Amino acid sequence: MAAGRKKSSIDLNNLKAGGFIKERGKDLFTVRLRVPGGRMAVTRLKKIAEVAEKFGGEFVHLSVRQSIELININFHDFDTVVAELGEGEQKVASCGARVRVPVACGGCEYNPNGLVDTQRSAMEVDRDLFGIETGHHKFKVGFSGCPFDCPKAAINDVGFVGAIWPELDRDECISCGLCAKSCAEGAIAMDPENKPVFSPDRCTYCGDCVKVCPTEAWKTVKKGYTVRIGGKWGRHPLIGTLYATFLPEEKVVEFIAAVLAWYKEKAEGLGRTRLGDVIIREGSASLLDHLRRTFPDNVVGKTILPQVVDNRVG
Amino acid sequence: MSNTIDLRGVCCPTNFVKAKLALEMIDAGEVVEFLLDDGEPVKNVPRSLKDEGHKLLNLKETDGFYILTMEKVE
Repeated sequence: MAAGRKKSSIDLNNLKAGGFIKERGKDLFTVRLRVPGGRMAVTRLKKIAEVAEKFGGEFVHLSVRQSIELININFHDFDTVVAELGEGEQKVASCGARVRVPVACGGCEYNPNGLVDTQRSAMEVDRDLFGIETGHHKFKVGFSGCPFDCPKAAINDVGFVGAIWPELDRDECISCGLCAKSCAEGAIAMDPENKPVFSPDRCTYCGDCVKVCPTEAWKTVKKGYTVRIGGKWGRHPLIGTLYATFLPEEKVVEFIAAVLAWYKEKAEGLGRTRLGDVIIREGSASLLDHLRRTFPDNVVGKTILPQVVDNRVG
Repeated sequence: MSNTIDLRGVCCPTNFVKAKLALEMIDAGEVVEFLLDDGEPVKNVPRSLKDEGHKLLNLKETDGFYILTMEKVE
């Protein structure tokens, strides 16, 4: 070591989960913050703005997965940035072959379309599974509150979409026809007696009939998540396919943990390979059988392989 | 019926906001008719009114538009 030089000291524990990403230019890094479900308390936002102003560049970047990224952070400042963000309040996110911060839509507290509490699910997954090393590749989870699916669940390794199953109490129906009119899928038609007839095959579980029904004649009899597995985007996109229906919200963490266990085992020796590509190698039946053991009421009978999107066709 | 509010030709969410403004001038318990276009308006407006606590009574198709009958709830 050259005489008179002092080695910088940095707490390497802060770097364990990743989230510090090298930028162009000497000494500069992006610090990706952990914002599960994209929900950011206004007080935290103010704190982040203070830290960004003090240590970062002129702007922050909103990542495509709902994170705030501090730009142009000098690596000598890592420890101070982590400390000033307040370790209990605003943690740094992850990168690399780990379970990433889950994304989610606004959920059901204020959004009238939301059928399930995606925010709570995202917080639970963040609390229990964030940063776990997969041993193979990144692992992304996303939550949509309804079949509008704004967060694009099927391009996550495991994607969840809120769903309800409706049932009609004919005696309470006043034959107003609002349900038939509201159903975007044509799953409800009025019969000659002016009562709704339900075609279950067409239903996409959006709950619009329940929401519009003036007399609560349409009732929610099942509620949970539709689960799609094996999706990703990037250079070689795959669309995840259906593995479970009406998975209860409280079983989300356990379900993802079961998928992770299968992934860890089956991808052994394959190198940097995403879940969807492992399913294509192993066949979907293997993962279905594995999940059915723990979730017999929710796992579907059969599914198809992740669907390749050939983005080289012009 | 005197309480007829014509929301035809008004798109979402302006039609719903217009409905809310019209309802401010009507007493609770009174019955109102809204005239709604087919498509998004007839799908969205009734649900939003129900969500605000009003009582939907009927929906009727007439000459390519819809008449929604509703009782105002305070």
